[in-house]
Amino acid sequence: MSEGVEIRFEGLAAGRQSGVRLPWRLSWRPVMPLLLAAPLLLFMLVFYALPVLSMLMRSVNDPSWTLSHYASLPGDTVFLKVFSNTLYTSLTVTAGALLLGYPVALSLVRAPRYAPLILFLVLLPFWTSVLVRSYAWMVLLGRHGLINEALLAAGMIDRPLRILNTPLATQIAMVHILLPYMVLPIANALRQIDPSLARAASGLGATPWATFRQITLPLSMPGVAAGVLLVFVLALGFYITPAMVGGTREITLSMLIAQQVDQLNWAYAATLSVLLLATALAIIAVFYRLPGVGHTLRASAR
Amino acid sequence: MTGAGRGASVSLSNLERRYDRVAAVAGVSLDILSGEFLTLLGPSGSGKSTTLMMIAGFETPTGGDIAIDGKSVVAMPPYRRNIGMVFQNYALFPHLTAADNIGFPLKQRGVGKAEREKLVREALALMQLPDHGERYPRQLSGGQQQRVALARAIVFKPRLLLMDEPLGALDKQLRENLQLEMRRLHAELGITFIYVTHDQEEALTMSDRIAVMNGGLVAQVGRPEDLYDRPGSRFVASFLGESNFLPAIVRGVEDDIVVAECEGSIVRALCPGRPATGEKVMLTTRPERIRFADGAFASTAPQNRLSVTVTEAVFAGERCRYMLQARDGTAMVLKEPSSAAIRRRAVGERTEIAWSVADTILV
Amino acid sequence: MTVARALPAMLVGLILLFLALPIVVVMVVSFSSATYLTFPPPAFGLRWYSVYFGSDDWLRSTWLSLWVAAAVVVLATLLGTLAALGIARLPKALRVLASALILSPLIVPVIVVAIGIYYAFARYGLVGTPAGLIFAHTCLAVPFVVTSVNASLAGIDPRLEQAALSLGATPIGAFFQITLPLIRPGVLVGALFAFITSFDELVVALFISGSGAVTLPRRMWDDLLYQIEPTIAAVSTLTIVLTVVLMGCAHLLGKRAAA
Repeated sequence: MSEGVEIRFEGLAAGRQSGVRLPWRLSWRPVMPLLLAAPLLLFMLVFYALPVLSMLMRSVNDPSWTLSHYASLPGDTVFLKVFSNTLYTSLTVTAGALLLGYPVALSLVRAPRYAPLILFLVLLPFWTSVLVRSYAWMVLLGRHGLINEALLAAGMIDRPLRILNTPLATQIAMVHILLPYMVLPIANALRQIDPSLARAASGLGATPWATFRQITLPLSMPGVAAGVLLVFVLALGFYITPAMVGGTREITLSMLIAQQVDQLNWAYAATLSVLLLATALAIIAVFYRLPGVGHTLRASAR
Repeated sequence: MTGAGRGASVSLSNLERRYDRVAAVAGVSLDILSGEFLTLLGPSGSGKSTTLMMIAGFETPTGGDIAIDGKSVVAMPPYRRNIGMVFQNYALFPHLTAADNIGFPLKQRGVGKAEREKLVREALALMQLPDHGERYPRQLSGGQQQRVALARAIVFKPRLLLMDEPLGALDKQLRENLQLEMRRLHAELGITFIYVTHDQEEALTMSDRIAVMNGGLVAQVGRPEDLYDRPGSRFVASFLGESNFLPAIVRGVEDDIVVAECEGSIVRALCPGRPATGEKVMLTTRPERIRFADGAFASTAPQNRLSVTVTEAVFAGERCRYMLQARDGTAMVLKEPSSAAIRRRAVGERTEIAWSVADTILV
Repeated sequence: MTVARALPAMLVGLILLFLALPIVVVMVVSFSSATYLTFPPPAFGLRWYSVYFGSDDWLRSTWLSLWVAAAVVVLATLLGTLAALGIARLPKALRVLASALILSPLIVPVIVVAIGIYYAFARYGLVGTPAGLIFAHTCLAVPFVVTSVNASLAGIDPRLEQAALSLGATPIGAFFQITLPLIRPGVLVGALFAFITSFDELVVALFISGSGAVTLPRRMWDDLLYQIEPTIAAVSTLTIVLTVVLMGCAHLLGKRAAA
């Protein structure tokens, strides 16, 4: 038991006794915090943890204890195609978000005059539901959507392009939806860089580009790693956007899982769920070992 | 109430606080008299803050006892101890105005609204902040926050006030003003003050008595001048002010004066015990009590003398500071009040120094 | 301005346009007078808003979403705040375990949560009921409440509680007079997040709302399967306005709490 925490939060745990020569706060100490946390913990066990776990168990106990559902995955061409498509989509979306997100984060920190406007424009989509944003991309990318109409009007194409219901539509919409998760941690890391470092570097003769490459960029890497982690893991589990704008040919793991549930194929759905969860956890575990990432993640969670 | 009864007496006996195997406080026994201004002085990690926290009730002793007015309070929760406390960084409630902060302890004690407002007004006036009651802590300067914290800690008329480095965050000028103000307040209220600080000057200026702490123990207790003039250990001598240390060998004892050989000369020092002849000892003396003894120098008091070489000379405004080296290599410091009439010594100069036997202590 | 400076600024401007454009387009389309989805609209009008406000189905779903979200706010804020207070004081091992359970919905892919809940709620008899939605959404909303309250708890100087005790407040008194007022912004931010989480939630609703408890996002989804007409743009615009206002409040509150 850590002493520091006890000292801090003695308050609520205080017992009242006068006769006994016991330290006054020993009596209630472990009980009270547990009582406070217990209702939520029970609630989440009943309505969340046990449901999810019992569903996941179907991957090993359907119809009886077996690992056959996992054993058949490597030879399952549908699964392999969907899984690699999911990873590929997550990768391209992460790369796209990083490419677009870093300049925005940099301008958020470097251009204080425009920072409120930039922050608003970054947070606006962040606060809008995924459904509405995916719908917006249906409007934009459709046959008669803004993009096609604009390109036609400009004479750059003579027939509407087919973008909606392709993987490209999924990627564009997901980059848009996940961009704030990239911008905020990077901006956070950039903000923590002491501005005198850049001044010192230019005082020592570094050009602005050299200063950026040798000072700013390396020091912002924890933020980049945190953003990449967030975007990649969130992208892995995306369901609504690919289902709405991506069409039915190139589906993602989430969509395959939903299909299997619709067909009441619980064992397969559970197996795929375990795989999806394990992939996400493995990536988080790897990233958390990188120096500074955990801290940056927690800081930008606020 | 009589003047003597206004302050609580506090008695710590063999007080101990261990974390796992490390003792933050390793057996402190100390009697603090009613109405006294006692300072716990020590470097960080010496156990002074932990001792204070145990008196306040935020730390539970792992051994020993704390008695206030003869009654043990170890099992009593802090909110029943009726002790005023001023925290490091003040711990003013940020969501309450200065007046509500000061009224807080009165409210806890069920004091009625009208009476409360009157007492708060009085406290604000006492702290010379009559017009600041409606301000929030963040709208007050550091010094004003400090005074609000003080007002809050005394408004309910506790008989004991604890202060944990209350001036640490303020600049020097303000700190010196507030030191005087606290002395005045102490005299006015007549209650017992226990004050924790690592700043020896602060301790010397304000306290009736100082308890110097080191390594979880009380190294020495006494009036400021006694501690300064008669440090009982090398630690106290070096922590409280600046000291020179001279290794010496005992050659004999005359009454309470020890005669020792030091750097090839015979020096005499005050000594409470009776060290054996031939024993290796350490003598200490303050830099400002040594004089150059080669010019027109006369003294009736018994003197110690040494020949030295000046190795460094620094002019520091109100005084000059010289680094000296004795014959066998012991380094010493001498501080001399500066005056245009006194000749400055040059580096490399060989000269004689002298200081009085009464300023020489065996530690 | 030199080219070297103007170029990055233009690049950032384009990215920001990319961020804002879809939302602006949806809002513009919602005021279209056309009977089909086209951009730019031939003329402007409020016809799609009147379709929305004239439709019992849309209004019923809106009310359901609103009151489910309100119930989630009450449940998640109460349970989450109490738990945050408790967890901060738990011994380390228990604290890590409890936090892992409470925060895991942020990490577990939502499809996994959704089908797990569907799987169990079918047996609990909660599919197609508002209660089922409330319980499920509460689990998804609680992490935001706990992290938000935790952050404001961590920002409180522990000496404030000690000061209150030394001034004579009982532990309970210190909690209500000092701790609670100081974490109030954090609690409010958590409550706002809980509201939005439930109000916008679709994936879980797809599985468990059945035909008996069709929330607003669920109805939008169903509608989209058949036609892309601008009613949805009108509904979207209304929800954008609602969420942006609420999240703006949360943002300002969060800033004030941090100051």
